[in-house]
Amino acid sequence: MRYKASLGLKVAAFGGLAFLHVPLGLIFLYAFTTEDKSYQFPPPGLTTRWFEVAWNRQDIWDALTLSVQVAAVSTVIALVLGTLAAAAVFRSRFFGREAVSLFIILPIALPGIITGISLRSAFNLADIPFSFWTIVLGHATFCVVVVYNNVVARFRRTSASLVEASMDLGADGFQTFRYVVLPNIATALLAGGMLAFALSFDEVIVTTFTAGQQSTLPIWMLTELVRPRQRPVTNVVAVFVIAVTFVPILVAYFLTRDTEHVAGAGK
Amino acid sequence: MTTAVATAPSLGRRLSNGLYRRPTLLLLLLLAPPLMWLGIVYLGSLFALLAQSFFSIDEFTGLVRREFTLSTYAQLFSPANVDIVLRTALMAAAVTVAAACMGFPIAYYMARCTGPRMKAVFYLAVMLPLWSSYLVRVYAWKLILAKEGILGWFFAQLHLTWLLDAVLALPVIGGASLSVSYIGMFLVFLYIWLPFMILPIQAALERVPPSYLDASSDLGAHPGQTLRHVILPLAFPGIVAGSIFTFSLTLGDYIIPGIVGSSRLFIGQAVFVHQGTAGNIPLAAAFSVVPIVIMAIYLTWAKRLGAFDAL
Repeated sequence: MRYKASLGLKVAAFGGLAFLHVPLGLIFLYAFTTEDKSYQFPPPGLTTRWFEVAWNRQDIWDALTLSVQVAAVSTVIALVLGTLAAAAVFRSRFFGREAVSLFIILPIALPGIITGISLRSAFNLADIPFSFWTIVLGHATFCVVVVYNNVVARFRRTSASLVEASMDLGADGFQTFRYVVLPNIATALLAGGMLAFALSFDEVIVTTFTAGQQSTLPIWMLTELVRPRQRPVTNVVAVFVIAVTFVPILVAYFLTRDTEHVAGAGK
Repeated sequence: MTTAVATAPSLGRRLSNGLYRRPTLLLLLLLAPPLMWLGIVYLGSLFALLAQSFFSIDEFTGLVRREFTLSTYAQLFSPANVDIVLRTALMAAAVTVAAACMGFPIAYYMARCTGPRMKAVFYLAVMLPLWSSYLVRVYAWKLILAKEGILGWFFAQLHLTWLLDAVLALPVIGGASLSVSYIGMFLVFLYIWLPFMILPIQAALERVPPSYLDASSDLGAHPGQTLRHVILPLAFPGIVAGSIFTFSLTLGDYIIPGIVGSSRLFIGQAVFVHQGTAGNIPLAAAFSVVPIVIMAIYLTWAKRLGAFDAL
């Protein structure tokens, strides 16, 4: 049902969208500015040399590599754990079912700083030195919920009779999973995995507590924000990060848009 | 089964049949890995943290004394620390109210006044910022709020620099420039968490049956009255659901107050400072209990208002 919007409502709605998007557009503009000491507006001139400078900076490449590796490993762990949890919660009603779903959402419902500091103090108590795996441990924990949400939503739409039919036709549980369940949830898994990757790639709050001296791309950006060296280079990296996170989100959206629960509706 | 030639079923088949007959075992097998992961990694460390809030720090050696005491909590209630908590809670409340006021028209427009195409565009336009890089979006505001940045330029073009200066001269919320004032911090928080408010409100509005609105206007209500007496009460759970996000996220954030705003601490920063440079883990732990408690109260209240049905 469509209603005609009054002028005031239109202004408020489109104004709100502009508020959400203009700042991102500005970053693109500032990536080309010739001024590297301040954030002067309008930029005194435009140049593409910062892209070249950024390309040749080894510290950026190192941070990028670490971020991609962490995000990839965390996504794989989250895919496995999230699917298992979704299957368990969906296929049976058991005591504590509500508690399990709350438990899975908890790492994302509580402020990130709490997750971060509790992990850090736990590493301290257990004498675990900071490493690649301490970062992954934190990231995988809050990525599970994204996969879980997507897969549970898909399970709800998949008819249970499909599984029964497969069993009636003589397939065992593993065959049913491989040939009936997996194809049904494949796009939900892909969407969930993409979102988990985007979430991990971008995470900074928990990472500051679990990374030690290592630097992921967001951590690199954070240090540049606090102590800027070449401001336009930070802008170039920011543009790159926007591009890298937009792609998985768009893909996830188009994979799940026909379902009632669209991927990413809740972060 | 009376087949004479009984071929031994494969291992996989026997395993799968066995599991089929024991659904509880299968359930346990499915649940064990995720629950063990979350239980050990997440809950384990959360409890380790909470336990430490009952330890205290030795004034002389600076080491953590591992015996039960409430002295850390007493420290938490010192005037300076209560100030930090109040400041953060006030900011979170202000951001939540502003996000609701700004998000409602957008959500309303999305839910009621768009065709399928436009709705998809709006949906993506709200979701992309929500998922795109948090730091990059904070950074964008550093460009905007800087003294020589775009907002200052804008005011200068309109010959309104005096207005900006007057606002910045206000006692508490002002500062030397927008990027070191509470106004700036408020704007950044609002910008970052706004999408989290829009989506639940939109979901709640989608569920309001159009026939209610028709009935309301048939009975002689003008649009304002319909909004006030029909739409708002039905959308309220959505607003509360959105406020859970905006409130909780503002409460725990420590990056934004560090980059934009004055040097006065917020809860997140207090946690960060105490665990880092000060090395006072017990106090940091006690501080991080504050948002947990506030959110627990908030969630109980929200649950009573039916906010969870709108998520």
